Amino acid sequence: MSLPRLLDPLAPPRGFVATNLSLPRPEKLKVAIIGSGNIGTDLMMKIRRSASLECSLFIGRNPDSLGLVRAREMGVPVSSAGIQAIIDRPDLCNLVFDATSAAEHAKHHPILKALGLQVIDMTPSRVGAMAVPAINLEQLAAHQNVNMVSCGGQASTPLAYAIAQTHAEVEYYEVVSSISSLSAGPATRANLDEYIDTTETALRKFTGCANTKTILILNPAQPPIHMQTTVSAKVATADLDRLRPVVDRMVATIQRYVPGYQMIVPPVFEHNRVVMMVRVTGLGDFLPSYAGNLDIINCAAIATAEHFALCRTKKEPL
Amino acid sequence: MKHVLISDPTLRDGNHAVMHQLNSTQIAAYCRAADEAGLPIVEVGHGNGLAAASLQLGLSLVPDKEMLEVARSNLSRSQLGVFIIPGFGTIKRDLAPAIEIGADVVRVGSHCTEADTTARHLAYARKHGKKAYGNLMMCHMASPATLLAECRKMQSYGADGVVLMDSAGALLPADVTERFKVLVGGLEIPVGFHAHNNLGMAIANSIAAVEAGGRILDGTARGFGAGAGNAQLEVLIAVLQQLGYETNIDLYKVLDLSDIAEKQVMKTVPIVRPTSIVSGMAGVVSTFAKHVDRISVQYAVDPRDLFFELGRRKVVAGQEDIIIEVAMDLAHRRDAVSQAR
Repeated sequence: MSLPRLLDPLAPPRGFVATNLSLPRPEKLKVAIIGSGNIGTDLMMKIRRSASLECSLFIGRNPDSLGLVRAREMGVPVSSAGIQAIIDRPDLCNLVFDATSAAEHAKHHPILKALGLQVIDMTPSRVGAMAVPAINLEQLAAHQNVNMVSCGGQASTPLAYAIAQTHAEVEYYEVVSSISSLSAGPATRANLDEYIDTTETALRKFTGCANTKTILILNPAQPPIHMQTTVSAKVATADLDRLRPVVDRMVATIQRYVPGYQMIVPPVFEHNRVVMMVRVTGLGDFLPSYAGNLDIINCAAIATAEHFALCRTKKEPL
Repeated sequence: MKHVLISDPTLRDGNHAVMHQLNSTQIAAYCRAADEAGLPIVEVGHGNGLAAASLQLGLSLVPDKEMLEVARSNLSRSQLGVFIIPGFGTIKRDLAPAIEIGADVVRVGSHCTEADTTARHLAYARKHGKKAYGNLMMCHMASPATLLAECRKMQSYGADGVVLMDSAGALLPADVTERFKVLVGGLEIPVGFHAHNNLGMAIANSIAAVEAGGRILDGTARGFGAGAGNAQLEVLIAVLQQLGYETNIDLYKVLDLSDIAEKQVMKTVPIVRPTSIVSGMAGVVSTFAKHVDRISVQYAVDPRDLFFELGRRKVVAGQEDIIIEVAMDLAHRRDAVSQAR
């Protein structure tokens, strides 16, 4: 099976927007967020720091939800009308983050498509093109709907991709993520099957290997554990000398948009498998820093949206 | 006479003891003998249940589907049980095919504080007319009040019963009594117990559970299970008989079953090894034993130190990947100390 390969695996990453750019920007990209749970509220808080994005509408269903209250306090326009808020005023935004659930997104997708809005889907719905900025940021702008896979997918697929780039024969990939129970909200808990399905699909897509497995573990320990992800691969012959610099480069690329992404077990060969482990410490915006799972998918989504903003500025200079 | 429902996970938990290498011949032989002995439920599969065959936990010799088909065709009176942990197995990929093959009893497991992850899997099993039980793993890590709240969630999802799993073999009889009094008093559905023998308490704890109102017990032939093994089935049946509980299991036939199991199914009979004792004291899941043995050799650390450190890190079932990280950490710390000298 042919596999998309970078010409030079050690080439510097391209396409990321420097968020602290001091140049004056023409106009920020207007984004709406639908879903006022952990993911949506954290996105809203991160967007306030962005030089190229502006949250023009934050949408939930319950006016008293913690997320909507927080948004109001921060002066962000809010609605509790759900998807209807966008149907009523599609002109308020150019881009929608859907942070509801896989089942809800399946309903939202045709509506948003008909309205001509670009969508970054945070749920494991598998509707849109799979987006992992460290791998395929530059191919995403053309898609109306992109999907951020899952927290475990964002943490693991770049490492699996690095293995695929440096090993000719990989029989099998496996990804195990442990997250703090406190960081898993009701939608996450109800969507474990979709999480597994979507993460495994992304692993297959980005490695070209048909045989993948994903496991997710919730750990209630106090103090809460930080997200950890282990990537294992069954390879014909391990080439750690080739793999290590490619992995280092990949980690550096991810750290450009997820500052708390850290390799804690660099690639080793153990029990006939290549194995490595990362820990993700969050920025501590809506949930505390242990919620690296929330942070990595949201940081990836922000990096994607900022790239879209950059593409639009290039296309339509004001 | 008080009745106790016996469920036999020899061919599921016992798979841990052989790194998930049970073969079809062994599964068929055990199922025929268990059926003959009148075991109500025979649970079959990878040690961690459906779809758990992995580098993380160990690959299975026989795929899930084949294990279940072999078991199904060798059970007539006994019901076929499967175990599934959401986060490992999914409804579409794993549970639906298992039910299609003929699983009668579905046990849906979660860590003892995460019952809400079992809602959809329990509901699916019930919808398809199967007996559905909610299993709370590592039940030493939560208070009786927390366990009751979690069991009530499973009750609300339609569970036919709940089973506390002492996955680390960490509980003592008084701990079991305390938990069962609270659960039996606060639930409308039967409560069961799944013991591990790390501290030699598997039978005593199982009896404490039924004496406090528990109505379901798990036992495995010769105690064949992860780490130090489970409550030894044939001993359990004998002790329950002595205490006047009815199990509808023929004593001689279950004794014969245990001999067949020892001869045909297990390479070695489980005993309480030092690392299992430490695992029980540290409250670390029994399934870690073989991984700790291997990794402690590779990184030249004391497996007992490794277990105690894993206990301090409060790892839960399925987190076998953390063993390497903790072993490397212990090795680094040891090297730092020896350099400082």
